[in-house]
Formats: sequence, structure tokens, C-alpha cells
Amino acid sequence: MAAPTSDLHYLTVREMADALRARRMSSYELTQAHLLRIERLDPSLGAYLAVTAERALAQARAADERIANGTAGPLTGIPMQLKDNLSTGGVRTTCASRILENYTPAYDATVARRLADAGAVLLGKGNMDEFAMGSSTETSAYKPARNPWDTDRVPGGSSGGPAVAVAAGEAAFSLGSDTGGSIRQPAALCGVVGLKPTYGAVSRYGLIAFASSLDQIGPFTRTVEDAALVMNAIAGYDPNDSTSMPAPAPDFLLGLNDGIRGLRVGIVCEFMGDGIDPDVANATRIAIAELERLGATVRDVSLPHANAALAVYYIIAPTECSANLSRYDGVKFGMSDQDTKGLWPAMESTRRHGFGAEVKRRILLGTYALSSGYYDAYYLKAQQVRTIIRREFAEAFQQVDVLVTPTSPTVAFKLGERISDPVRMHASDVCTVPVNIAGIPGISVPCGFVHGLPVGLQILGPHLSEPTLLRVAHAYEQATGWHRMHPGI
Amino acid sequence: MATEHLPAPRLSAEDVRHIATLCRIGMTDEEVERMREELALIIGEVRVIQGVDTTGVEPTGHSVEGIHTVWRDDVARPAMSVSDTLANAPRREGDYIRVQAVME
Repeated sequence: MAAPTSDLHYLTVREMADALRARRMSSYELTQAHLLRIERLDPSLGAYLAVTAERALAQARAADERIANGTAGPLTGIPMQLKDNLSTGGVRTTCASRILENYTPAYDATVARRLADAGAVLLGKGNMDEFAMGSSTETSAYKPARNPWDTDRVPGGSSGGPAVAVAAGEAAFSLGSDTGGSIRQPAALCGVVGLKPTYGAVSRYGLIAFASSLDQIGPFTRTVEDAALVMNAIAGYDPNDSTSMPAPAPDFLLGLNDGIRGLRVGIVCEFMGDGIDPDVANATRIAIAELERLGATVRDVSLPHANAALAVYYIIAPTECSANLSRYDGVKFGMSDQDTKGLWPAMESTRRHGFGAEVKRRILLGTYALSSGYYDAYYLKAQQVRTIIRREFAEAFQQVDVLVTPTSPTVAFKLGERISDPVRMHASDVCTVPVNIAGIPGISVPCGFVHGLPVGLQILGPHLSEPTLLRVAHAYEQATGWHRMHPGI
Repeated sequence: MATEHLPAPRLSAEDVRHIATLCRIGMTDEEVERMREELALIIGEVRVIQGVDTTGVEPTGHSVEGIHTVWRDDVARPAMSVSDTLANAPRREGDYIRVQAVME
């Protein structure tokens, strides 16, 4: 018996896998249903930069064979999306930039390869801020993505496409990247689960680099359990990434249902007052009370330099980006001005026309911070403050098991509201950026609504504490049921 | 170190043009002016770190302890084919990428 088509797209990954295994439906049907939904919704939502329908249906047929012959895993036949900065061999990968408009990678990112091997079905590539630089998906060179809870509002960024696709049932799950909050903030603003793993826990091989010491890949899902399922497929050592943790990944499902009795929770007081919307702070307090009800003990914790993290980030990320993006020179791949005479003028023209304003701003800023006379004052200083922030987290985690904050200081804002004010846009990341600076994991889980718009609770732990974060988030989710709320589209 | 001073975040158009040349981004006068204003704002924003006492604090380059320079075994393994490697080259000549003259 087929599940009602209208509900298919909001099944969890686990439920889809069970239905496939029990032959209540085929991956082909499930994939087709998703492609139809994308066709219907995406013209107004903009979650996809490319839909790979033919390839998806072929992968679905192959998945159905695996299910039939008993070689299927938990993600076999599940339709999913990848952010467009994740290299997909034979499938155009643009980073939402003009400069890579016609770039087709010759190889898969490790995460893309692992998901393909697991039998997951690639529906297409997720919209994003250009080169993952932004907090609203408005810097995409192609089109903005829109929040499914209110299409006049942004979905957050930079992984706006993945957040929208999962929230609107245009994919069962998606992968994004998080350099300063680019998974957690859009997950919060769209009402889904977003996990930024520990730096080094998921291979970055094939992720088009923005700021290499901060970038990390992670899942967008509608439930915490689904995030654990996806992590089981993508995490673990990869010799192709020199910062990959040389340790076996745990089973992220293990202990998920163990509850949080006796868990020590710290509230980061720096992120509950000034700069945080009072309604968002209130929703966060109610969520913390729920954690207490579930058996956790709660105390205030201070991270005195957390507020300097934003400045550290806006030095380190642009400096690394200015180096990483120097490869787009119109010589080896990507856009290339062949008409301008002279090597340097042609290069300057290629980069002028290929990059958008936000990307140029960051390259210039990074070049400035690295230039002679400023290096010590900006880059070195930022790296020292980074050490202090890391230490403060480490000290906090001697007193508590996890820290909680709002994920975003506000709910989703209107398109156009912040795009011309970079400093205000940067403030969107105030609660998420310190996590990347310290390299620790963080998860955002839906924790209610303010004026009909989703709010996310951010839960943080020490390096490699993903199983704990998933357990806490799962306990909270199951007790509150926010994950059953879907936008009325 | 804690007492070091930065120049005020005032950027001239000349400064912006110099940076743009360093990173090879062509800019019109109008773009230079807009970028000058925006960069000054952001630099003003990030200067708060100057107030943090970092005396004797080691810098952190990346956030994973225990991973340093990683070597792999010196064993040959298959690499990407020439045709795949050159598939995205804007201009080719045989198995080479054609570029404009570096020295005129």
C-alpha cells in the first residue's frame, strides 16, 4: 500500500527507509514525488541551482535493485540534495558564482562519494551565498532562496538552499557547509535540524574552500535521528583531507535514546542579553526549562571573549578566502576573459566580472589584513584571540557537559533588509561564529516560533561530542514535537 | 604587544587600488569609492580585538590539536587523467593550457 502522496515528502529519512524496505513504495516513486514537488515549489523558493532529474531516477532504479537484492543500507534510495560547493563529478558545481558558471568537476567530494556508495539519490545542487559568503543566500549570483515559512523573508545562509529544501519537503536531507554558522543559522531560520560537526570529523575533500581552518560539512535533516543516520554515512577519516581526524567515527545512533538525566547544561550569558531579540531569548529560556524538566541541571556560564569572536572571524575568514580564491584566475578553469589583452589585465577583468560584491569585499579585506605592516596587528592578533576563545570553551566544558544559546539572535529577516549593510549582516552570526573559531561541534534544533517564524536552540559541546549533542537534541525534540511542524506551502 | 596601535581605519582610494592590484581585481572609480567606505566600516568593526590582552598567548592556526603536517606513504597511485584535468581549461593547445604572454 502506497503512503498518501501528499505526505511522502515530510516522512523522515528513517520512515522513508522503513517504507522502502517494506516495499510500501519504491525509491523511483519516492524520487519522482520529490522531483514533482521541486517542480511545483522551487520556482518560488529557489532552493535548487540545478535539478539532476534523469540521473536521480537512474540512481533510484539502482537503489530499488539494491533493496530487492538485500544489499541496501539505511540511506539507500533516499532522495537528497548537496550544497553547490560540494564537488559532484559530472554535475556542474558553481558555488553560486558566475566565475564557476560552467565548471563541471572531474571528481566527487568524499561526502558525495560516500552518499553515492550508500545508495542515496542526488536530486540536485543547493542554492547558497556565493562561495558560502553571506548569511541570507542573497549573494547567490543566480537567485535568492526564500524562507518557506514566509517567502518575503530570507532562509538564512550561506546554506539557504539546503535548509529550504529540507524544510519544504524538497529533499529528505541535504548537506551544507558551516564556516561561521552557515548550517546552524539557516537550519534555525527554516525550522529544521542542522549539525556542524567537530572540525576534522567530516572530510573536506572536494568542498570548494572558503576558509580552510573553519569550514566543515554537515547535515540538514527534519529530525535529530536523521542527522545521526547521515553522520554515520559521511563522518570518518579520509586520507585525502590532511586535517581529517585519524580516528574511527562512532555509531552516532548509539545512545540516542538514553535521555539527559544528570546532564550539566551551561547557559552562555553573553548570548542571552544585549543583541538578542527578547522574544528569541524568551523562547530559548523556555527550551532550557524543558531540558531541566527532562533531568538536566542548569547554570550560567560566561565566555568573556565570545563577543570578540565575530571580529576574529572577520579577519581570519577573509584572509584565508583571499588565498583560497586566488586560484580563480581565468587560466586553469572557470570564467576566463579571452578578449582583454595582457595576462594581468585579463586576470583583473575575469575576477572583476566573475566575483560578486560580497566576495570581492572579503578578498580585499583579507588581502589588506595580510599585507605588509598589518599582518601582526590583524592576522596574528586574531589568531592569538582565537587561542583565548578556545581556552574559554575548554574551561567551560570542565564545568558543564554542553552549552546552550539561541542559534540566531533574531528570527528570519526580510529580503533586502540587511544586504546593503555588511556590519549588520555579520551580526546574524554572533552566536554561531565562536564555535568555528574553537573547532567544536554545534547543533541547531527547532525550539518554537516567534511571530510564526521558527527559532533554533543551539547546543554546543567539546571536540568530538557529537553523540552527546545528538542525544540532548533528540531528547528535547521528542519531548516537544516541534519537528512535526511544517510550513503551509 | 597589548599596547600596539593601529592606524585609524581611514582608507584612501589609493590604498584600495593598491589592495585591488595585489589581489588582481579590476575596479572602476565608483567601485573603489564604495569599497573604501565599506572596508573602513568593517575594519572599524574588527579593530575591537586590539583591546584584547594577548601578552604571551600563542596563535592558533587551526583548531584540531594533535594534527600537524600529515604525510602519506610514498607510493605511486593513479592520478586524474590528462583529459579530465584539462577538461575545464578555458584555452588549450594539445595537452597544454594556453595563456597570454607573461613578459611582453
